[in-house]
Amino acid sequence: MSIAVVRVDDRLIHGQVVVGWGQPLGLGFIALVDDKVRGSGWEQDLYRMGVPPGMEAVFASVDEAARHYDDWVKDRRVGLLLTGDIDTIAALIAKVPKLRRVTLGGIHHKPGRVERLRYVYLTDEEVGTLRALVRQGVEVVAQDVPTARAVPLGEFAP
Amino acid sequence: MSDPLRGVVVSHAGLAQSLVAAAEHISGVAGALVPVSNEGCDGGSLKARIGEAIGAGPAVLFVDLPGGSCLAGAVRIARDQGRGIAVVTGVNLAMLLDFVFHRDLPPAEAAQRAVDAGGRAIRIPPA
Repeated sequence: MSIAVVRVDDRLIHGQVVVGWGQPLGLGFIALVDDKVRGSGWEQDLYRMGVPPGMEAVFASVDEAARHYDDWVKDRRVGLLLTGDIDTIAALIAKVPKLRRVTLGGIHHKPGRVERLRYVYLTDEEVGTLRALVRQGVEVVAQDVPTARAVPLGEFAP
Repeated sequence: MSDPLRGVVVSHAGLAQSLVAAAEHISGVAGALVPVSNEGCDGGSLKARIGEAIGAGPAVLFVDLPGGSCLAGAVRIARDQGRGIAVVTGVNLAMLLDFVFHRDLPPAEAAQRAVDAGGRAIRIPPA
């Protein structure tokens, strides 16, 4: 199998990821790419608590993810790659140009961010980063759960 | 005498509000429980919401699932505040009803008592 979904979600591993995507896709592993979580044992323990039996949580820095990406793609299990912010996914794509599709799953309000969709708030700078990815040929969509329509970036941040 | 414990129910969507309303309706005890929803929150804003609900006193945080954003927010604030905060997962109405009548206990004892009460309520009754 391979990485079925590359998702950006500031809640990282949570119910929508584990249940909403995990059940229909039959996820076998979640690769959580986040430098901060990678360096914190207790945060990793916390996120492991939300992962059901039969599903593995793998924690990686951006550099480690770039090194392991091909192994994850070759893994027989279905995987989901998860980052918590736009900068992290952009940094990873810079190191792994073969990564061609990004799904925004939940990016919430913070000062400076504007509502683009009910579950996607972005600063103008973040929109600029995503548009640059699109110009590189990366498909950027928003989709919180599998039953929802995947909305292209051009529709919610034209 | 120390302040009575506050119970903060942290959940997805509107579950916390409904549980608190039901607990108050059944027990007649108002103000002991505060609901917090994760709706529209990232990790930082949920943590802020929980902190506001806790206030200054000791508290037990009742979280819906044993993983995910609600638990992450609750554990982070418990770690930041150190003593005086306990976290329980798998919140149900039975544990809240027990809790509101035992708010004079230390947080860790109240949390264990709530876990026991909540667990006893999960049964398969004879049909």
